[in-house]
Order: sequence, then C-alpha cells, then structure tokens
Amino acid sequence: MKEILKAMQERILILDGAMGTMLQRYNFSEADFRGERFKGYHLSVKGNNDLLSITQPEAIAEVHRNYFEAGADIVETNTFSGTTIAMADYEMQDLVYELNFESAKIAKQVAQTFTAREPHKPRFVAGAIGPTNKTASMSPDVNDPGYRAISFEALAKAYKQQATALIEGGVDLLLVETVFDTLNAKAALFAIDELKEERQLDIPVMVSGTITDASGRTLSGQTAEAFLISISHIPLLSVGFNCALGAKQLAPHLEAISRNTTLAVSAYPNAGLPNAFGAYDESAEQMASQIREYLDKKLINIIGGCCGTTPEHIKAIAQLASQYQPRPFSISNQSTVNI
Amino acid sequence: MENRLNEKRYLKLSGLEPLVITPESNFINVGERTNVAGSRKFLRLINEDNFEEALSVARHQVDGGAQIIDVNMDDGLIDGKAAMVKFLNLVMAEPDIARVPVMIDSSKWEIIEAGLQVVQGKCVVNSISLKEGEAEFIRQATLIKRYGAAVIVMAFDEKGQADTFDRRIEIAKRSYDVLVDNVKFPPEDIIFDLNIFPVATGMEEHRKNAVDFIEATRWVRTHLPYCSVSGGVSNVSFSFRGNDTVREAMHSVFLYHAIQAGMNIGIVNPAMLEVYDSIPKDLLERVEDVMLNRRDDATERLLDFAETVKQTSKEKTADLAWRENTLQDRITHALVKGIDQYIVSDVEEARTTVKAPIEVIEGHLMIGMNVVGDLFGSGKMFLPQVVKSARVMKKAVAYLLPFIEAEKDGKAQSNGKILMATVKGDVHDIGKNIVGVVLACNNYEIIDLGVMVPPEKIISEAKKHSVDIIGLSGLITPSLDEMVFLAKEMQRQDFKVPLLIGGATTSKAHTAVKIDPQYQEAVVHVNDASRAVTIVGDLLQKEHSKGFKDRLKVEYAEFRERFLSRQSEKTYLSIAQARENRLKLDWKATEITTPKHLGIKVIEDFDLEHLVPYIDWTPFFRSWDLHGKYPEILTDEVVGIQASELYCDAKKMLQKIIAEKKLQAKAVFGIFEANSVQHDDIEVTPTSEEGSEKIYFRTLRQQSKKAEGRPNIALADFIAPVETGLQDYIGCFCVTTGFGTDELANEFIAKLDDYNAIMVKALSDRLAEAFAEYLHQQVRTQYWGYANNEQLSNEALINEQYIGIRPAPGYPACPDHLEKETIWKLLKVKKRIGVTLTESLAIWPAASVSGYYFGHPEARYFGVGKIKEDQVADFAERKKITYELAEKWLKTNIAD
Repeated sequence: MKEILKAMQERILILDGAMGTMLQRYNFSEADFRGERFKGYHLSVKGNNDLLSITQPEAIAEVHRNYFEAGADIVETNTFSGTTIAMADYEMQDLVYELNFESAKIAKQVAQTFTAREPHKPRFVAGAIGPTNKTASMSPDVNDPGYRAISFEALAKAYKQQATALIEGGVDLLLVETVFDTLNAKAALFAIDELKEERQLDIPVMVSGTITDASGRTLSGQTAEAFLISISHIPLLSVGFNCALGAKQLAPHLEAISRNTTLAVSAYPNAGLPNAFGAYDESAEQMASQIREYLDKKLINIIGGCCGTTPEHIKAIAQLASQYQPRPFSISNQSTVNI
Repeated sequence: MENRLNEKRYLKLSGLEPLVITPESNFINVGERTNVAGSRKFLRLINEDNFEEALSVARHQVDGGAQIIDVNMDDGLIDGKAAMVKFLNLVMAEPDIARVPVMIDSSKWEIIEAGLQVVQGKCVVNSISLKEGEAEFIRQATLIKRYGAAVIVMAFDEKGQADTFDRRIEIAKRSYDVLVDNVKFPPEDIIFDLNIFPVATGMEEHRKNAVDFIEATRWVRTHLPYCSVSGGVSNVSFSFRGNDTVREAMHSVFLYHAIQAGMNIGIVNPAMLEVYDSIPKDLLERVEDVMLNRRDDATERLLDFAETVKQTSKEKTADLAWRENTLQDRITHALVKGIDQYIVSDVEEARTTVKAPIEVIEGHLMIGMNVVGDLFGSGKMFLPQVVKSARVMKKAVAYLLPFIEAEKDGKAQSNGKILMATVKGDVHDIGKNIVGVVLACNNYEIIDLGVMVPPEKIISEAKKHSVDIIGLSGLITPSLDEMVFLAKEMQRQDFKVPLLIGGATTSKAHTAVKIDPQYQEAVVHVNDASRAVTIVGDLLQKEHSKGFKDRLKVEYAEFRERFLSRQSEKTYLSIAQARENRLKLDWKATEITTPKHLGIKVIEDFDLEHLVPYIDWTPFFRSWDLHGKYPEILTDEVVGIQASELYCDAKKMLQKIIAEKKLQAKAVFGIFEANSVQHDDIEVTPTSEEGSEKIYFRTLRQQSKKAEGRPNIALADFIAPVETGLQDYIGCFCVTTGFGTDELANEFIAKLDDYNAIMVKALSDRLAEAFAEYLHQQVRTQYWGYANNEQLSNEALINEQYIGIRPAPGYPACPDHLEKETIWKLLKVKKRIGVTLTESLAIWPAASVSGYYFGHPEARYFGVGKIKEDQVADFAERKKITYELAEKWLKTNIAD
C-alpha cells in the first residue's frame, strides 16, 4: 500500500493499454486457445482470452513486458472475465481460481523483473475484476422489468472467489473495472471488504466505471456523481472511468468526477470511438494530444488505455504525463468534496 | 500531501442522480406514501399485487417534490421481503422514480438487507437502534456500511424509547460513539430519529414532547459532528386528528422551530403543511404556546380555539349527525361508541314501539350488541371500548327492568348462565370482572360470586341457578390447587357443565396436566376476554357443542402428553449436591453497607401523588388486553387511539383518587441484621424492642442440573454466611394502596359503571406496585443507603436497573407463600397497617405488595424452578412442619 501511494505522490502513474488488442496480433487459433490441456474440450474456447493465461502464458507475459517497457507502472491481470458467472459461457467455472491465480502470478513475475532492474520505478500488478456478463439492477427482458438474471449474493460470492485467487496469486491491488451497473460493483466491493476483514488485509482498490454514451450516464442510468457517491463507502485508492469513449468524449465526465472527489482519479479511455469496421484507429499521438487536456486541467492521477490502445499509445502518454505533477488527492475514502 | 484535502463531510445519497445535503440545503422531504403502514391505498395495491399502480404512487411522490422515497412493506399479511424486492426492482426500471434515493424502511433486518441488495444507489436504512443491544447494533451497522448506505438511528435502547431530553441525547451520544469509534461508520451518514411525540394530549408529561425533541435536536447537531436529524412530523399533532387547520399550523410551527434547531430531514405530508407566515396570529400564538410549552393552560387554550376553527365545526356537526338516524341506528351507534347520554330516551322511544318491553332488549339492544361483538371479534374494537359499551347496555337494561317486571311473564332470554368466581383464599378479580362484563355484553347472564369463594358455595350456587358454565379465576399459585379440588368435586357430584379456567398463574399446561384429567366434561383455559366469548359461544352452541367439547378433550389430552414427554428429560441434583454448587460470592471483596436505619418503620397515609411518576403503565394496558409497551402504545398503529383514550380516563380517575383521597397508602418495612446459616436459611436478628427471638427465612434452592459453571441459586446465597464473620443485613416490607378500593369500585358498580369499577381496581394495583418501587428506592438511597448516589429514571426503575432486589414470596425466586407468615410475624404487618393474609396466603387488600430486600450488588432475580422431594423433606424439617404440609404449599414446584 505504502509503496504505491509513495509513487502516486511523486508522479502520475501509468496504467497499461489493452490486453485484447495485443492478443489479437497473435492470431491464436482454436487449437492455440486449447493448448495441450484442453485439446478434447467439448466446447469452442476461441475468444476466451482469460484461458490464455493457462494455455499461452508466454504470450500474456510478453504483453505485460511490452507495456512495462513502454513506461507503464501498473499492468492489469488477464482476468477480465475471471468469474464463475462470465466463465459459464465456456462451462469453465471450475477453472476460475486457477485462471486468476495463474494470471496474477504471470504478471507479478514480469513486474518483479522490471522492479529489480529499475528499483526507482517499482512496477505494480492490478488484479482486474470485470463486470461479468450479467446485470444486477437491470432486467434483460424488456417485457419483465422486475426480473433479474443475477442476484447480489451470487455476484458477491463469485467476486469473492476471484479476488481471493488474485490476492493469493500476488497482485498488489484490485481494480473493479468497466462498471456499467453500479450494483455489480457494489457486490464486488462488498466481497472485497469482507475479504479484507477476514484476512486483515489492507490491499488498495481502484474502481473504474464506464460512461456509455453522450448522456454522461452509466448503462444502469447513474450520473458520474451519483456513481461516485454509490461506491464511496469502501476505502478506495482511486475512482475513474474507462472504456466506451475515447479520451476526448470522456473529458467532461472525468471533470465531473474530478471536481467531486478528493480521491485519486484514474482514466483509461479507448483509442477513440470505433470506426465503421468496429476497430479503433486513433493514433498514439492523437490520443496523447487529447490527454494533454486532462493533464493541463489537473484531472488525473492514473492514466492508461483501454480498447484499441497499444504499447505505442502508452509510451506516448507516459512521456507526456512525466512532464506533469499529479493531481492533489486524499487517501481518505470519506472525503469527496462538493464544490 | 494533505490527508483531508478540502474536507467537507456531507451526507451524500444517490439514486440515478446525486442528493448532497449541505448546511445550505433546504429541508429534505421524504415521501411516505409508498409505505404500507402509512398509506391504506398503497397497502391495498400491494395486497392486490397491483404493482403497476403502486409504482404510480411512487412516481406521484417524486413528481410532488419528494427528494427521497420511503418504502415500507411491514404488514402481517404481506411477504415483506418479497414485496420489498419486487417493488424496488420495478422502481429501478423507472428512471423518473429511480432518480431519487430510496429509504428502505422496515423493522425486520432481513427485509432491510434484501432491499439493500437490489438498489445500486446509496440508500438510507430506516432504521436501526440499540434496542436489541450493542452487539446486534454493531452487526447491522457494519453490514449497512458494507452495503454502502446511510442509516437512521432511532433514539431507542435496551431500556426503551427515549421520551425526555436527557434520554434522547444519552442514546444519541452512545449510538454515535459506537458507530463512529467502533464501526468506523462515517458520521455524515448517520441520521438520528429523535422520536417526535404528540403534544396537547391533555397529559402533563406530554407537554414537553416538542420542546424536548427540538432541544435534543439542537444538542445533537451541536455535539455530534456531521450527523443529521430526522423525524415523522405528523405525530406531533396526533391529538388534533380531524382538525386539519390546527394540524397544519402545528406542523409548520413545529418544523419552523425544529429546523432552526437543526432538523434537516423529515417525513412531512406537503398537503398537510401551512405556510408559517400565513398562519393567523391568534392561532399561531396558541400553537406556539403548546409547542414551546410556554403556558400552563396552553393546551386548553388551543382546544378552545380549535372549536372555533371551521374545520372543527364540520366535525362537531358530524358528531351529532348520528342523532338524525333511525332509532335502531342510534341505539347501535350509542352501544358501539359507548355513549350513554341519550340511551334512556332512545330506549324509551323503542319501548313505545313494541308490544312487550322485553323486545327492546331482545331486539334493538341485541342488534347493537351483536355489532359490538362482531367488531370486537374481528379486532376492530378493543376491550376498553367493549366495557364502555357494556355500561350503555346496563343502563338501558336497568331502565327497562321495572317495565319488564310489571309484565307478568316477561323474563329476558339470555344466551346462557355463567357462574364466575375467584377461588377460596384468593382476592384478585380484575381479569374475572372483565371477562364477566364482556360475556354479559354478549347476552350471557353472569352470576358473579366475587372473591374468596369456598368450593361448597360454588357448587351449591351452580346447582341453585342451574348454570351452563362455571368459570374459575385465581392469581396466586395456591389457587391452582383450589381449582384442581373443585374439578374433582364437580366430577364427584356428577356435574355436566364445562369448566373455564383463567387468571395470571393459570396456564394451558397446568389446566391440561392437573385439572382436565380430574373432570370428564370440557375444561378450557381462557386467558383473554375476546377468546372467552368465542369459547363460551362454541360450548353453548346447541348443534355443535358436543363435537367441540370432544375436540377440546382430545386437544388437552394431546397437549398433556406432549408436555409430560418433554418434561421427563430434565435431570436434578440432590439438595446436598445443589448446595455444593451454590452461588459462592466473594465476601472478602464485598463491602457491606451498614444501614442508616435499623429496625421497623411504618408509613401511614402516604400521599398518593408521589407515586404517580413511579407507575409502570405497561401492565395496566395489558390488563385491558391492549398489548404494547408504554409510552409507545399511545401512538401504536393499531391500538394507539384506544390506548390514549384509556390512558386519559385512567389519568382522570387517578386525579379523583388522589384529590378525594379515595385510597389509603400505607407501608411497613424493616431492615435487620442477618446472616445465612446452613446455606439455605437466613437468620434474622430483630432489633431489641421487637424481642430477642431470632427469626428464620427458609429459602428454596434451584435443583435442576445446570450447565457447567452455572450455580444452583437460593436467595440465601446473597446474604453473607455466618462463617465469614461479616455482619450482613436483610430487609422486608409490605405496602398497600388497597384500602378504599372496594368501596370506590362499588360506588361505580352501583351506578352500573363497570368500566370505572374495573379502572379503580386496575389503578389501585398499579399504585401498590408503584409504592413498592418508591419504597425500594427510599430504602436503597436513604434508610439502608447502600446506593445513595443512585439517579435513575422511572424507565430504568421499571427495568430493574438498580442495585439489589426485592423478591416477593410466591414469585419465582421464593415460590413458597408460607414465608409471608414469617414476614407478617417479623414486621407485625396486620397489627401495624391492617393488611392480612387469607387462608391461601393471598394478601388482603388485593392491591398490596410484600417482599424482601437484598442489597448485594450481585443479587438478582431468578426462578427456583422445579425441586425434588428431598428438598421438600429438608424444608419441612427446617421449618418444623409436616412433610404433607410442605408438600401442599410447594406442590406446583415439585418435579413429577
């Protein structure tokens, strides 16, 4: 805890870029996804990126290495879908502990190599906790608005298992991310708080929400500030936003959150908005120039990239951010301000 | 780096949108219509599963300006958890409702938790309190924090609900400290509900209700940083129900002052709120006098003024409008409402329309009483109202009787004859009288033989009147044996009528195990008046009574078997083993306070006024079948109105009793040197002027096998053993407020007013208990003086929070009634204050209390429970009485 706080007081920390975008470059086939171990598996597993931590660990380690080399202080584990809920699509619920544990271990080993090499710049691993593919406060059935596909208790249970495995695998902090339903995030935070109490742990937690469109609201309908208030009951290292929007579109929402909290603020936008083919084509320079605005306005403490971003993007952002002082922040969780 | 950068701790809530409450914020209004307890419409919608329209209630609230919506599904007939989850899930799908934060309102934790699990925004939990103790409070608060909600903390603790300034701040401070220091709950997320109670109720102790709330609010906002204060405002004007003009003014005035003191959140019906500045000057002045308790006659002046306000005139005319109805409707109305003002003229009018006067009773009056019976049976009327109805009925019948007797063959046809009696040796009759009145209301003829009725008389009177049912009542344990004896006797004489058993010490278990097997006909335990009516009805119903009686016999036999099979599992120690495992107090570490006053003291003609603050009202309401704790019962959803009326009547009667000195309060008590000897006996040395003979209290010891480390206690354990060489002390006492009770009650009975007759007895019982409480306090702080620093509220007294105990012979810690004779001998009770013991060792007059004083800090109330024959034999030997005699008195305590 202390180490990362010390680093955050000194500089703006750089988070890594997209894992998925990088893995696409490997063009892994179904057989590559399966590896030796899942050769005869009864379902197709191509696209189950989390599985690659077991079947292609070297590729995962390489992506982490690339980001650290580009200047990242923090990399995220390859565990975006590492819950029993998300893994149900592949019927791989039983693998959840192993996936998270191995992913954490891979990232941690790479981080330790870099820290040993550059002790003045310690590297950190954030255990990525994704939103799952179900929502606790919205109905998937338009004809039955009261229906829920998942309960708080089931979510909390799944998140607790994931967080446990990540912690045991060696992550330095937890990142509850891409929150599009605040109630899912609250279940994750509930589980983490319980775990912290049971194990007497003091592991830092970052929360990153997702504003889905220009209305400035989460998918579940909350404004940035309402979202902030809804998750501020648990001690947090930072709050912020990621995904869905490019750096330019995210700026106003980042401002909204930044002026309402004294916590550290994080942002990792996409590389622009997707083009007609669903690909992201904002260049590193273009993205960095947008992010300059965040820095000039002193909006952020942690910055990185989401969909479509690559080590080149991170490198450009890191170079830029190194010229700025971090935004003043507080470590107290009960300190959101109202101006 | 600054740790608390720009730190501002505001209460922040969220729905889809934020709600930040800053010192500059206007008063936050909570919408309360989505509450099944507060809105009949909402309750109906939920009951009908019409969630769509229920949602529109919520939408209407938000459109109307509610900044938070309170959702409550606490109703006995609703699955509260399922309804809460379903409703909140639907609310979440409606952005125009879900934009505001939700207040999850329930008295059940599981419902609160279920609600917290379905709302993404930051909610308010309504509410938690220290009522169930600190551990549960901490557990719930920890979870609420983890779920990410703010919390309303009620000013309620283990001792009860705060109703004074001091209690409010005491509980608020304690709750705050536990939450902030122990749970690490953010102080800005704490909202106190400091209990808004009604003013202008006519009761002296309610006059400060608003002022105390306002001042407590000010204190809380000053001394407990960052927290908020909330409350339900409409409560304050409860006594002006029906007069909206006055109520609206009261709400505004209350809010005006409470908001200035720091109340920042509340449940207010915007439709029931007058703009402060547009309240007419004269009304404003009177309302403020009441709210701020500025004049002694504030309530009267507001009441007078209220009469002149338009709204009331509507009510007034409505009040008398029933006089315009048909004759039957008027009679029914008078009976249902208990109004005796017009009954004689109405009955006279009825008499002129029928052929024989008896038809008025069988027709008009019975039609009305049937309505009363139906309302009572369905829980829409309560016992005090029924007793008032009975008063009207009696007056009507009394008027008609001379006319009926003038006609030759006129005799009212009743539903049946019921003999009622309190058994030999027992003097308590409140419960019996109430049951009698209620049955009389249902057109049964009651033959009430009164108290201390010997069995021969019960038998002979039953035969003489050929009664249909015999009802026996008793309050002290020896009465149980009397009932068994009577059942045997009825069997021997081949009686065929059902036997009803009731009274405080009676139970279904005792009835099933001890009485039922003695008598072949039906035996039923009936402990409340409403059940008595149905049971008697079923027993006397011609077509089905046989089946009903047979079922009763089977039910009691099964109950008996189940009870006995459960019983046999207990294991017991021998009395020697139990003594070995006695409570061994650390006498070396005990500081025994030498009493300031040794010997006997008599108090004559004590001023009853002093006892009023010591009255424990909760049992008073219970004696009228109104269940709930005082003072909350006065504002209870279901019985609040009835309880308030009853309380008002009680206060009036109390005034009369005090002002006209209708009852005499007397007491005798003594404090003596004492030591325990041979473990179970207490050797008492009377002061020299009382004689040199030592007196012994023989105590009984728990004999059932205890869990490891738990002692087998006897009262003697609380007195220093003679072997310690320490001089210890014991006290004993007898207080009475019973002289005059029967005379006053009879005055009312003569006026056909059973309601007030029962009231007198119930109050005189309460005064005796209050006297015992008062005297115990005097002994602790003055005469013995071991607790001279004691400062306890009445509530704390009722909750027995003082040091030392005052157990009474015949009660669980010393179930043996014989020790009363020892107290009588030691204190010369009969000679000094005229209170006597009956052959069953009941104390006469009934409104009396007698017991011991134990001063040891670890002395506590306990139950001796069942004992074995070896202790009975030992007890007989110590007491120098025969085994048979000891067995007779200890019967209910001897294990089978």
